Amino acid sequence: MRGHRGHPLWLAYGLHRLSGLALALFLPAHFWVLSMALSSPERLDGFLHWAEAPLVKFAEFGLVFLLAVHAFGGLRLLALELLPWTPGQKTLAAGAVAGAVLVCGVFLLNAV
Amino acid sequence: MTASTGMLEVSVWRGSAGDGQFQAFRVPVQENQTILDVVSWIQQNADPTLSYRFACRVGMCGSCAMMVNGLPRWTCRTHVQKVLNGNRLTVAPLRNLAVIKDLATDMDPFFDKWVEAEGRHHPTATRHDPMPPITADAPGRAEADAAIECINCAVCYAGCDTVAGNPDYLGPAALQRAWTLINDAKEADKGAILTAVAQSGGCFNCHSQGSCTAHCPNELDPMRSVAGLKRATVLAALKGGS
Ligand code: FES
Repeated sequence: MRGHRGHPLWLAYGLHRLSGLALALFLPAHFWVLSMALSSPERLDGFLHWAEAPLVKFAEFGLVFLLAVHAFGGLRLLALELLPWTPGQKTLAAGAVAGAVLVCGVFLLNAV
Repeated sequence: MTASTGMLEVSVWRGSAGDGQFQAFRVPVQENQTILDVVSWIQQNADPTLSYRFACRVGMCGSCAMMVNGLPRWTCRTHVQKVLNGNRLTVAPLRNLAVIKDLATDMDPFFDKWVEAEGRHHPTATRHDPMPPITADAPGRAEADAAIECINCAVCYAGCDTVAGNPDYLGPAALQRAWTLINDAKEADKGAILTAVAQSGGCFNCHSQGSCTAHCPNELDPMRSVAGLKRATVLAALKGGS
């Protein structure tokens, strides 16, 4: 990576862009599988069975990660660009959101 | 190698953009040496044909910016010891600008964009009118204050990937200048400025990558100024303005 990009804001941008691209690639496949519910339910059942495999489970984790990263990246951008806050306030807000995500993430993991 | 003995291995870009290469020089280490000192030493002692720009040497004029070990920096205020990579230095002309020769770039597009961003004062009064008082803690004044120390060095412009991807993008410095005027109580034509910065190539091109803010040698926050312009243009559009 070129040196001028090695700072948190650029990395946040890069992560947001890459997660967006990956999600865009995933979506057509997602819709295709969902459409099987109408066109060929037995194929869908077979597919859902396959989706129980550990590797696919692990890939699902990646998907949730991409979604989370992209959603929070979007919220970050909205806050950054639309709220006339000072940088200090933004750091505090980001910290609060990170803390909240951590707490509810742990809660969710306990629940499942 | 101790701080004040030995030699620096310096690679300096020679030639124009399309037709050039790095040339190696060995430069004696000195205490409290800046990158500009190194470049000047080469020009004075090794090769008098080396072209580069500087004027004030104290971080005021903004003419000495170059790429140092891949990062845009003001060379007169950048200490060698702070950026040394082993004992190597690479000094190249600013990114995103055409090279005229060696380390001197053509700054015209950079300054033309200040004009395009309507970054000039439109007066509300003539010299015969009394000066309206503006207190230092007025909100607009405080906002403008944060951006007013720009020295036009083009470090932000060289660090910006959006400029690299779109040659028409006005860039952080010109947009930051427009933002100071939007916050200036004595500015008469804010509509013209908002129209200028909302055009294609204007503030909405910014992806908030923040390299401008990360590299600004005066520690200004152009990304925040561009965000301010985005808000101001959207608000003006919602109010049925420009
Ligand atoms: S020479 Fe003036 S800012 Fe460096």
